[in-house]
Amino acid sequence: MKLLGAQIIAEVLLDHSVDTVFGYPGGAALNVYDQLYKYSDRIKHVMTAHEQGASHAADGYYRATGKVGVVIATSGPGATNLVTGLATANMDSIPLIAITSNVPDAFIGRDAFQEICITGITMPITKHNFFVNDINELEETLRLAFKIANSDRKGPVLIDITKDVSGEMCEFVNKKPLELKEHPQADIDKVKQIAKIINAAKRPVIYFGGGVIASNAGEEMAKLISKADIPATYTLMAAGVIGYDNPKSLGLIGMHGTISSNHAIDNADLILAMGTRFSDRVALNPDKFGKKAKIVQVDIDRSEIDKNVLVDLSCICDIKDFLLKLLPMIDDAKHDKWITQIAAWKERENQKDPEDGRLHPRQIMEAVCDFTDKETIYATDVGQHQMWAAQYLKHKNTKRFLTSGGLGTMGYGYGAAIGAQVGRPDFRVIHITGDGSFHMNLNEAATAVSENLPIITVILNNSVLGMVYQWQTLFYDKRYSSTILERKTDYVKLAEGFGLQGFRATNPKELEEAMAKAVKIDGPVWIECVIPREERVLPMIPGGGNVEDMIVG
Amino acid sequence: MRNMQTKKETVSIFVQNQANVLTRVVSLFGRRGYNIDSLTVSATNDPEISRITIVFNVTDASLKQIITQTEKLEVVREIFVLESENSVYRELLLVKVATTAQNRCQIKDVVDIYRGKIISLSRESIIIELTGNSDKIDSILKVLSDYEILDISRTGTTGMSREN
Repeated sequence: MKLLGAQIIAEVLLDHSVDTVFGYPGGAALNVYDQLYKYSDRIKHVMTAHEQGASHAADGYYRATGKVGVVIATSGPGATNLVTGLATANMDSIPLIAITSNVPDAFIGRDAFQEICITGITMPITKHNFFVNDINELEETLRLAFKIANSDRKGPVLIDITKDVSGEMCEFVNKKPLELKEHPQADIDKVKQIAKIINAAKRPVIYFGGGVIASNAGEEMAKLISKADIPATYTLMAAGVIGYDNPKSLGLIGMHGTISSNHAIDNADLILAMGTRFSDRVALNPDKFGKKAKIVQVDIDRSEIDKNVLVDLSCICDIKDFLLKLLPMIDDAKHDKWITQIAAWKERENQKDPEDGRLHPRQIMEAVCDFTDKETIYATDVGQHQMWAAQYLKHKNTKRFLTSGGLGTMGYGYGAAIGAQVGRPDFRVIHITGDGSFHMNLNEAATAVSENLPIITVILNNSVLGMVYQWQTLFYDKRYSSTILERKTDYVKLAEGFGLQGFRATNPKELEEAMAKAVKIDGPVWIECVIPREERVLPMIPGGGNVEDMIVG
Repeated sequence: MRNMQTKKETVSIFVQNQANVLTRVVSLFGRRGYNIDSLTVSATNDPEISRITIVFNVTDASLKQIITQTEKLEVVREIFVLESENSVYRELLLVKVATTAQNRCQIKDVVDIYRGKIISLSRESIIIELTGNSDKIDSILKVLSDYEILDISRTGTTGMSREN
């Protein structure tokens, strides 16, 4: 059967069970969009306000559903606008298929209108990319892209297709989707060795990251924690894998991690690191991290072993396979003395917000959780609000907390929330943002309105770029260079201008009322929460520091 | 990490012979902070595979890191270190030296000692060809610096393991 290149794109998407794509049309992408029009009964296209929003939406769609996100853009600026979204996905190991169109092959390399070498630009921020200027290679390349994005350590793949390829006819072979590479399996002798170490440990800690979500091993992780009686701390990428009320949960690790998690790491005799990479926000001082402990690392990516922190033993494999093999070898244990010690550190944590009639971060996060009406996905931007969300939201489930962990992309949240809501119309999606981050991509409100997505955006407004302001307070002698925002944005009016409803809350009662109204509105809502500018994210270990350097209050 | 003792290492990388493959490898070395001393790319007996040989200075820990990072590139089939004790390395040197009737024979003696070849001769200059490892090439250049060197072109190192 002979098909147009653009039809082949649509057919291969369908073959991979893609029923939703995000994107923005343009000149070089006309052929592709012509077919999206014809396939609109089978492939839903969500058009965003900006290609960056589309890239974050495809990313959020994957994080919320586990189905690969697809983003489509035109040549030149359409393609360059994907850069931040691709880099965000790459840093967080999110599989994403980006399909860009380029100018016709005859114009390539001649600085044609809207021509850009997007494969060159995205080489360092994709897992792999392709340039297709021969229609005979199109089908195979698209299939390969899906395979690469989803195999091993996942990541984004970009395919740049010239306009003539999308408009030419070619025999569509209609091969099957390529088999994914088999995940590396855990070596049984290694597992035995690690089980022995775990069974002998007196002060063990589990420290896990996003790899546990990528391998769908949340349940097995919870079993290990409970069976072996091991307290567990997690990175920003893994919030929600174990419930906030799990008695063994130590909460977040690292720079803004809990007192108990950082002290536990510092005093442990065994650290079991799983699906995580000892980033500089976790192992702030890699030479001192877990210095009393034997460190065991389990990860799918060999290059993560000994990259930042030298470990004593490692196992390169899929986390789920590892845990399934490990669990039967683990003794039912009790580490009472260690748990008592940890409980003493936990005692120091529960600092309540002052009850002064004003809104405070913790109170907002808890209220948002208490007043949501159903299973909820939270998407954040980046900065103080992101840390408060990680610390204080009542995380219950895996794939419910979408945040840019590695790249730290301000402006990630709205797009991600849109992708999540499109993928999970049955869930509540709450976008938590700050007044700094929100101004970066609030144009996506237009998308939320067009698609009638009932996303609740909670804006923590402290009138400053809070995280940078906090660092300037602590380390730059209060020289507030470019962090005090003299903006006069009226969020209620602005919401109205976009065609959605906005509320303003200055105290707990107003927030409750706004949330109660928001969950009843069939469409996007904004709730501005006015908070004091001196609120800080605590605890905090300054960059390069160790647990002794922790600022608690 | 970068202040630690470094040593010169040679790695061979077998890659798929396709567009941008060299850029992918070199860009990875560059963005991860590795300075390349020399680089050669060549065909192999398999038309789909090319061989890249890279010489660079590195610590033991960061050698392991760049090898595992390079392995992750989709275009890379295999990467391995050419250990100095069981590998051979060669470079090719072309050097043009100004000559006079008086010194031409002296220079030829030097070339013979190094088992090089004179591949071009004119009244004013000669071009010498020499293959060898980096030390040998450095050594002849040092000797020839007594004369007037007009131009130098040397390839990067290529290498091969003695083992099968």
